[in-house]
This record gives sequence, structure tokens and C-alpha cells, in this order.
Amino acid sequence: MAELTKKERMQIPRQPMPEQAPNSRNKNFTEVNLGFTEELAKLEAERCLQCPKPKCVEGCPVGVQIKDFIKLVAEGDYLAAASKIKENNVLPAVCGRVCPQEEQCEARCVTGVKGESVAIGRLERFVADYERTTTGIRQAEIKTKTGKKVAIIGSGPAGLSCAGELVQLGHTVTVFEALHDIGGVLIYGIPEFRLPKEIVKAEVDALEALGVEFKTNSVIGFTDTIDELMTVEGYDAVFIGVGAGLPYFMNLPGENYNGVYSANEFLTRVNLMKAYKFPEFDTPVFDVKGKNVAVFGGGNTAMDAVRTSKRLGAANARIIYRRSEVEMPARIEEVHHAKEEGIEFVMLTNPLEFLGDEAGWLHGVKLQKMELGEPDASGRRRPVAIPGSEYVMPIDMAVIAIGNGSNPIIQKTTPDINFNKWGNITVEEATMKTSKKGVFAGGDIVTGGATVILAMGAGRKAATAIDEYLMENAVIQ
Amino acid sequence: MFKIVSAEFLAPEVKRFEIEAPKIAAKRKAGQFVIVRISSQGERIPLTIADSSVERGTITIIVQGIGKTTREINEHKAGEFFMDVVGPLGLPSHIENFGTAISIGGGVGTAIAFPTAKALKEAGNHTISIIGGKSKEYVILENELREICDEVYPTTDDGSYGYHGFVTGKLKDIIESGTKVDFVLAIGPIPMMKAVAEVTRPYGIKTVVSLNPVMVDGTGMCGGCRAVVGGQTVFVCVDGPEFDAHEVDFTLLMKRNNTYRSEEKSALDKHVCSLDKQFAEAINN
Ligand SMILES: Cc1cc2nc3c(=O)[nH]c(=O)nc-3n(C[C@H](O)[C@H](O)[C@H](O)COP(=O)(O)OP(=O)(O)OC[C@H]3O[C@@H](n4cnc5c(N)ncnc54)[C@H](O)[C@@H]3O)c2cc1C
Ligand SMILES: Cc1cc2nc3c(=O)[nH]c(=O)nc-3n(C[C@H](O)[C@H](O)[C@H](O)COP(=O)(O)OP(=O)(O)OC[C@H]3O[C@@H](n4cnc5c(N)ncnc54)[C@H](O)[C@@H]3O)c2cc1C
Ligand code: SF4
Ligand code: SF4
Ligand code: FES
Repeated sequence: MAELTKKERMQIPRQPMPEQAPNSRNKNFTEVNLGFTEELAKLEAERCLQCPKPKCVEGCPVGVQIKDFIKLVAEGDYLAAASKIKENNVLPAVCGRVCPQEEQCEARCVTGVKGESVAIGRLERFVADYERTTTGIRQAEIKTKTGKKVAIIGSGPAGLSCAGELVQLGHTVTVFEALHDIGGVLIYGIPEFRLPKEIVKAEVDALEALGVEFKTNSVIGFTDTIDELMTVEGYDAVFIGVGAGLPYFMNLPGENYNGVYSANEFLTRVNLMKAYKFPEFDTPVFDVKGKNVAVFGGGNTAMDAVRTSKRLGAANARIIYRRSEVEMPARIEEVHHAKEEGIEFVMLTNPLEFLGDEAGWLHGVKLQKMELGEPDASGRRRPVAIPGSEYVMPIDMAVIAIGNGSNPIIQKTTPDINFNKWGNITVEEATMKTSKKGVFAGGDIVTGGATVILAMGAGRKAATAIDEYLMENAVIQ
Repeated sequence: MFKIVSAEFLAPEVKRFEIEAPKIAAKRKAGQFVIVRISSQGERIPLTIADSSVERGTITIIVQGIGKTTREINEHKAGEFFMDVVGPLGLPSHIENFGTAISIGGGVGTAIAFPTAKALKEAGNHTISIIGGKSKEYVILENELREICDEVYPTTDDGSYGYHGFVTGKLKDIIESGTKVDFVLAIGPIPMMKAVAEVTRPYGIKTVVSLNPVMVDGTGMCGGCRAVVGGQTVFVCVDGPEFDAHEVDFTLLMKRNNTYRSEEKSALDKHVCSLDKQFAEAINN
């Protein structure tokens, strides 16, 4: 193909993502987005202007070399494109799917100024899927063994990326995970229809092939403390990536009725324990078939929960949010998909009380209408209650998705690590070093609930610092 | 995979397992529990660590088959494996020398109370055990408790063995006989724990119960195990499982444990189980 002019490139429209039809996908758990074909990917790649000073990279928290990998896609060298991405991002199949691209890389892309930005995320996903389904995930090279041992606590994106980096640098790496499966929120939180578990598994298998050892069923603090890992077990350094896994409730009357779930519990039952396949799998979840479900919150978690309940057969699946749609933190794509699937959005509405029967079963929620007032500290307009606007909505299941705090197990069992008043570990920004020698931390446990790519970036940054720390010590010895 | 070293029925539907889990054996303290998952399709089931041996690297669990999974657990034999065993979870029991301590176990609750009774004795308490069962065959661990306690009183609902009546009747007798009781631990069905709390409340005797809500992760991540104690919502897996009996909202706990009753029944109905045959064999042997 002859080289296109800039003008020609800008005339190609942004290629849409092929997806399952809304009315069939809201009844199954297979992935909504089907992925680009080679033709679509090439066409989309041609839209990139190959900017001399690419703005897109500045929007990516891990600095993926976007322009270079897109060029390789345009040339049809998808495997080289995959390697290019992996220089900065070890989980492209995951990030291509779940990154909030519209706020990150794609938000900065110059083509977005006048038209629509290049679909960087979709291309990233295409490249990673291409590699996985053709040659299989290819191995990075491993440096000579250093003989140093690192313990990684938690197997979410922060822990996985830290493990991947460190093993390539020649260190011996063991990942300790509390649950019976590896992947953190990727496996217990984000549903199958957005991130197939098989993809997470392929990434984990690739790390295992590189030599990373995974120990499931290990709750650090209980099974072993951090001190024991460093003394008895002989680990030279530790990375803490335990996430933000403590569900907040609203402290409303009736919140303990049967049928009121935290988003974590509802999603864990369905994703990790596969309750959507009950009774083939043993773990049950509230049977919502033909019932009314209300999910409280406006983030990705709320969208995942409400779309899951629809797939389980809810007659009415609603999002109830106290601000308006503009303020919702969920990704635009998720909101859009949810609406297509028949999710109802009840905005500017706040719950006051859950209502139940004698036997303890939820049957309704008392709601109050809100209006937007002055901006608050977060810059978003504050919702203010409208007096006399209370009403009752009949519901059979409620999911509280208003965010997570940090799990206290590490804090309680490791007194010499400093935490802030919200229970997050305080670290030295440049190195992710904690107050305890040889212990580093990153991901949601440091930032509070954030994103997959930020957690991965933190894991990577910590890996670099851990490597320096280990090698420095090696010289002294 | 966690190897089952030995397995034997103690009572109908109640089986004791010794499992290889050296890490947990070395770490665990009285009052803590493990979560067991038997297969890749399995549920996560919380079970108290009844005992452990650091030398053998084993822990003991005692399981009552009440639903699909616990019955499937009880179909396992020595030499077989459990897929996942995680722990020790939960806070250890608070143990001190109270003076006279009564440990009350109802049904399989006796197994759950056993390690704490042992620890109470080791801490110097005059330790009394009351063990309740429907009938004689359901009274478990009597010999084991006799070895570690100063006094042991079996009770049966039908009078087929020991004291005729509920554990609360025996407890009342002891208190009213003038024995100064300083501490009571009660573990068993929720109505039993609730009744014990009401017996000791007027006397102001410090009373602790171990709660058994439905759990998923057991690490404080899901909030499914929440209960209300002293008007506050707690996560039993990380804040407990033991709480002040006089502060627990038992009615709520009972209602919440019924959440999956219809689903569980359907699962159990589908589970064609060979347990009855096993009992027959076990009891005849
Ligand atoms: C439902 C949901 C949807 C989301 N959707 C998106 C999205 O679309 N895009 C996006 O970018 N982000 C999304 N996020 C946020 C994103 O998933 C998190 O920011 C990210 O997973 C944080 O990674 P982490 O590695 O810090 O922790 P986690 O992923 O939380 O992993 C921590 C792991 O540590 C384990 N652990 C905890 N304590 C211990 C212990 N003591 N010992 C051993 N192991 C322990 C946990 O079991 C867990 O497996 C979503 C979050 C949720 C809950
Ligand atoms: C901290 C803790 C320690 C425990 N220790 C032991 C132990 O040492 N030995 C033992 O036999 N059991 C113990 N249990 C109870 C045990 O976990 C449950 O019996 C088990 O989860 C039931 O699973 P199932 O699938 O067999 O039954 P299901 O089919 O889930 O339930 C059958 C019936 O039991 C009720 N039920 C459900 N969950 C529980 C529960 N957690 N407790 C009581 N009733 C329930 C249901 O309402 C239903 O009617 C403990 C529970 C907790 C929380
Ligand atoms: S990792 Fe995320 S932010 Fe970075 S280029 Fe890929 S999709 Fe964009
Ligand atoms: S900013 Fe947009 S057009 Fe420019 S290099 Fe990046 S992706 Fe291509
Ligand atoms: S079992 Fe999930 S928080 Fe306790």
C-alpha cells in the first residue's frame, strides 16, 4: 500500500469494536467485545499520524511506545508490535480491555482534537490477542540468576507486574496469594464478560513458565508474617500488593437484610466461585430471576454488578446514584454498554433505609431525590437532598458498590510499617519503599482504589527499586 | 493439595480428619479456623481447627455433614486429599486465668469449643465442660475432654445419656448450686448460644460465643459474614469469630444464615450421597 498522506489518514473513520448484540449478550457471560479483525486493526493503525512528539504516550501511566507499536501493526508485524508494547506493559491483553483509555492515552491523541482519537486500547488488545492465539505468549529473556529471593504479597496487577520484572532480572520470585486463584480483582472482581478469565490465566501461566512460583491459600499476616518471610523463609525483599479489599457499607438501617450484598461479595460469588454456573459449581448466589435489583454507586464496580445481575436474569436491574450521570466515575464504554443491555439509570437519588420482612428478607428501599448544589472538594457538584421527595422502590436484591477501604490484616500484623489514617501504606514516591527495610508496596494498598494500569506501573517501579536494593546489598556483602 | 492422614466418624454425620498442613499446625492458636475447598467446583467452607500436632505437621478438623459440601467432605477417606486448606484465620480466643471456666458445646460445637477448653485449662482455670447432644450417639469428644477438663457433664435431649435436658439446664444447675462461675464459652446451634447468653446475663458472667455466619473469602474482603455485636456491624472472619454473647444480635445471625436455604436444598437433592452406607460401615467396624 502506498504511503498515505496525513489528510488521507484523517479521513479514515475510527473503527468500531465488533460486539455481541445487546439483547443476546445480556443473557450470557461471554465477552461483550469481540475484538478487531486484522483488516480493522490495520485500517485503525493507518489513522495514527506518527507524531514526531507523540502526546498519547504522556497519557499512558506506564509510557507504552504507542506510536511505534501502531506502526508495526500498520505494517502487519503484529508479533513485533506485541514485543514493543511489552517493553513497558506486561499485561497488554488486560489493559487493552480495561484501561480507561478515553481518559489516558486516547485523551491526549492529537487526532482527537478535531475528530476521534486513534483507538489505541483496541489496537493494544488486538496485538496481545494475536500473539496469544497464534504463537502463544512469548517469553522474555531472563538474566543470570542473582540468588536473591523476593516475596510478593498479593497476585493482583501490582504483584504480577512486579513479579514479572523481577524474575526477568534474575531474581527468585514467589507470589503469595490469600485466595485459591491468581489475579486479584482481575479474577474475583471484573466479570468474565469484560475480561475472560482464560486471558488472565494465560498471563499467569506465562509468568510461571518464566519461573515465578505461586503460592495460593497463603494469607500473609496469618499463614506467615512479613517478618517470618524475611527471617525464617529467607526472603531478601518483600513487595506488598494486597489491594484495597475492604468493602464499605452505607451504615443505613436494614443494610443487613438478606439480599443486601457488597459488590465484592456479589462479584466474588459470581466470578471467582462461578455461582452463575450453580449448581454445577457449589457456591450459590441470590436467585434474581424475574426480580428487581438495585445497585448503589456509579463506578466500574457498580456497572459490573448491575450488568452481572441482568445476566443472571433480573427483570429490572437499576443503577442508583446520588449525583448525575456526568459525575459518574465509571468508564463511558461501560455506561454505554449497560444502557444498551437494558440497565435503568436512576440518577440524583440517594437511599435512606432498606426495608425488609419479618424473616429478614429485603423487599424495598426508601429513596430520596437529590439536586446538584455547589462544587465540593473533589470539584464535582455536591448532591443536596430535596425535602419531601422520599419514595419507596420495591427491590429484592441490593448491591452496595460505593468503594473499598484497605484490608487491615497486614497493618495489624506488621507494626513497623507506616500507614496513613485511611489505612493505606505510605511509601517513598520514587522507589515505593515503605518504612520497613527491604519492604516495598504498590497498587491500591498505597493509592486506595485506582486502576489496573496504575497498579501495574507501581509494581514495575517497585521492581526497579527492589533490584537496585538487592544488587547494592550484594556488593556490600 | 492437602493429604488426609486419618479420618473417622465420631457420631452420625460427624467426622474427624487429621490433615497434613505443617505451616498451619505450627501457627494456629485456639479459636482459629481454616477454610477448606474440596474441588475446583467447590465452595469455601470455614471449619475450626480442633487440634494440631507440630511434630506430625497436622491439624484436626471435625465436620458435621449438614449440607451438600460438608457431606461431601465427610465422604473423604484417609489417604485422599483436600484441594485447598487456608489458615489459620480469625482472631485467636482470648485466654486468661478467669478462675472457673465452663465450656459448653452443642453437637459439633463441642469440637469447636474443644481447643479453647484445652487452652483455658492450660491457663490455670478450673475447667468444666458441658457437652450436649440429641441422644447418646451425638455426644462427642467426651473422653478427650475428660483428659483435659476438671469436670465433664454430658447432656442429652432425650435423656439417653448423662443429664436429661439441654445444656442450659445443666449450666443453671451448676450456677445455682453455688459454684462461682467466672467465664462461660458456648458454641453450638444459634438457639443454644442465645439461650446460654440469657442464662448467664442476670448473673453478669462473662460469656463468649463463636459465631458461624456464611463466609466466602474469610479474609475481610466480602462482608458476607457480617453480624451485629453491640449495635455495630462486624466482619466475623477478621473481627471474630468469638464475641461477647450478651452483645450479639442472634436473631439477625439466624436470619442471615438462611439466605441460601432454597439453593442449598436443591444442591443437596442433586447430590446422591453414599454417606448412609459409610455410617453403617463405620459404626459396624
Ligand atoms: C469490580 C471492579 C471493576 C474494576 N474495573 C476496572 C477497570 O475497568 N479498569 C481499571 O483500570 N480498573 C478497574 N478496577 C480497579 C482495579 O481492578 C484495581 O485498581 C486493581 O486491581 C488494583 O490492583 P492491586 O494489584 O493493587 O490489587 P488487587 O487486584 O486488589 O489484588 C490484591 C490481591 O492481594 C490478595 N491479598 C490481600 N491480602 C492478602 C494477604 N494478607 N496475603 C496474601 N494475599 C493477599 C488479594 O486476595 C488479591 O488477590 C476495578 C475494580 C473492581 C473491584
Ligand atoms: C468460623 C466458623 C467455624 C466453623 N467450624 C465448624 C466446625 O468445626 N465443624 C463444622 O462441622 N462446622 C463448622 N462451621 C460451620 C460450617 O462452615 C457449615 O456447616 C458449612 O459451611 C455448611 O456448608 P454446606 O454446604 O455443607 O451446607 P449448606 O448447604 O451450605 O447449608 C446447610 C444448612 O446449614 C445452614 N448453614 C449454612 N451455613 C452455615 C454456617 N456457616 N453455620 C451453620 N449453619 C449454616 C444453612 O442455613 C442450611 O440450612 C463453622 C463455621 C464458621 C463460620
Ligand atoms: S496501557 Fe492503557 S493507557 Fe497505556 S497505552 Fe495501553 S491502553 Fe493506553
Ligand atoms: S498522538 Fe495519536 S496520532 Fe499521534 S502518535 Fe499518538 S496515537 Fe498516533
Ligand atoms: S467471609 Fe468475606 S469478609 Fe468475612
